[in-house]
Amino acid sequence: MTSYSKGDVHVFAGGGTDYAYLAASGGIVSLDRISTRILARLDNAKLERPVLVSQMVDEGFAVEEVNEGIDELYQLSAIHNGTPRDTSSQALPEHFPLQSLVLNVTNQCNLSCHYCYEFGEDKVATPEGKKKFMDWETAKASVDYFFNESRGRQSVHITFFGGETLMNFPLLKQAVEYARNEADARGVSLDFSLTTNATLLTSTIIEYLADNAIGVTVSIDGAKESQDAFRVFKNGRGTYDVIEPKIKELLAKHKTRPIAARVTMTSHAMDVLGTYKHLKHTLGFHEVGFAPVTTSPNRLYSITPVGMDNVLGQFQVLAEDYLAHAQRGEHHGFSNVSDTLAELHQGVNKSLPCGAGLGLVGVGPSGDIAPCHRFVDSDEHKLGNVSTGIDKEKQAAFLKRGNIDNKYDCHTCWARPLCAGGCHHEAFVRYGDTGHANLHYCDWIRSWTDTCLRIYGTIASQNPAFLDHFTERKSS
Amino acid sequence: MKHLRPINTKAHRMQERATLENDIVALQSGQSTAVKPHVPTGCTILFSPGWEVDSAGGTAGLCQPVERDIYDCYVTCFWPAQVPDHLNNAPDWTSKCALATKDWRNVDIVFP
Repeated sequence: MTSYSKGDVHVFAGGGTDYAYLAASGGIVSLDRISTRILARLDNAKLERPVLVSQMVDEGFAVEEVNEGIDELYQLSAIHNGTPRDTSSQALPEHFPLQSLVLNVTNQCNLSCHYCYEFGEDKVATPEGKKKFMDWETAKASVDYFFNESRGRQSVHITFFGGETLMNFPLLKQAVEYARNEADARGVSLDFSLTTNATLLTSTIIEYLADNAIGVTVSIDGAKESQDAFRVFKNGRGTYDVIEPKIKELLAKHKTRPIAARVTMTSHAMDVLGTYKHLKHTLGFHEVGFAPVTTSPNRLYSITPVGMDNVLGQFQVLAEDYLAHAQRGEHHGFSNVSDTLAELHQGVNKSLPCGAGLGLVGVGPSGDIAPCHRFVDSDEHKLGNVSTGIDKEKQAAFLKRGNIDNKYDCHTCWARPLCAGGCHHEAFVRYGDTGHANLHYCDWIRSWTDTCLRIYGTIASQNPAFLDHFTERKSS
Repeated sequence: MKHLRPINTKAHRMQERATLENDIVALQSGQSTAVKPHVPTGCTILFSPGWEVDSAGGTAGLCQPVERDIYDCYVTCFWPAQVPDHLNNAPDWTSKCALATKDWRNVDIVFP
């Protein structure tokens, strides 16, 4: 006799409708009364089909309808009948062209942020004896390498990164001009972005960034108090007073791309609501994204589990504000929500947590290729050099290590389609292994994904047209 | 799908696939109790082409490909007939089926 049990599915409600998030696929379906009740009955219970049907009939449903409901749920893997189903992820295509290049134009920085993953106590980089600033030959070779390895893509992206990116602004300009010509010659669409701490912005630079439609992300931790707690010059002086006027000028003059703020949350900077309000409304950033600091757990600035619960509470309040905006069809700048909604809408089901080492690589000043900007200049994680190309064996080993198939802890988690075990770099700092699931934030990820699912469901039932924004949106 | 409505892009794709899965139901029994077309049995009205494929998913490797099956049943009639009586009742049975590999869906059940 066939027995049924609940499959990998997360049931949630939004806007008065019940939904199921199907973890085996990333699909989201709305449930009618019958399918909701079937799933409820199978929650923590294994029932033989006739028993399940008769229980449902007792509730007043017609036999035929119940049978249909069971079959539909089974077909989408929302329930199991004990027959094994293949759950391994799709193999990666043999040739996966690059889509994004992160060019670390320097590993030098004019700040000394205590928590920095490049210089701080948990750094993975081993920059000793290597070039501090990327030279023109290396930048040119990197761009050439990138275009060769991205063949087949119609649209590609170069991000400039550091250290402090603007410490090597002359090279950035040269690289932009060269890459743009190469892209034109190849008929490929190319766009640029950079991340900066904003201390070195000048009117000339801002004008250049605006004229060339270069996207800008500013690393900033919030209002003066939060910013100056960790984001300090080498002499310990806070940076807020220096960057405030520069950011205002940037936001006033640079209108060709949305300008984003990226906040690192620490034990000293956990005021999500206040920070968002300051960055969005006082300074005027288009979008604000938050990420907890990557650190070993014993650092002073590391956020404790209790602190993370507090952060989650604030995220949820801000997410409600996002929802209120979405219901009115208005933009809201909390990018942690919009990024998650974009992925939920598409229904991504990741075998790898991100594109590092696959569609994206980071290149350091020496021309060494790393899986992403966070591993640049680390000998242990070097995948090759732009002059000789990527070492396919090392690349394959890195990707295999990070694949969800090998993260057994994740196999029973319904949030795995989006998380896939989390950041390779975070895992390395915590566990010394890029392929380790980031178990320290599982509960957090599940709560946050659930929050975003409920928002998604509410929008889908009350203002579905709003979701069209995400149809076109790049899943990056 | 009647009880589950696709919401996101992935679910729409899954639904399309599920619809295709139910397109050919002749040999799809398994656990499903989905409502299937009623197929009356009998040597002259039962017809179930389309399920015979070789390991590559084509028909070329079969000892009796579906194209030949229709041909032999219908024209030479040596096969235990799974086709309508085309001499008396259904002379136009294959008129909408110029190419069996492509048009076999048009060849329908005939009710005498």
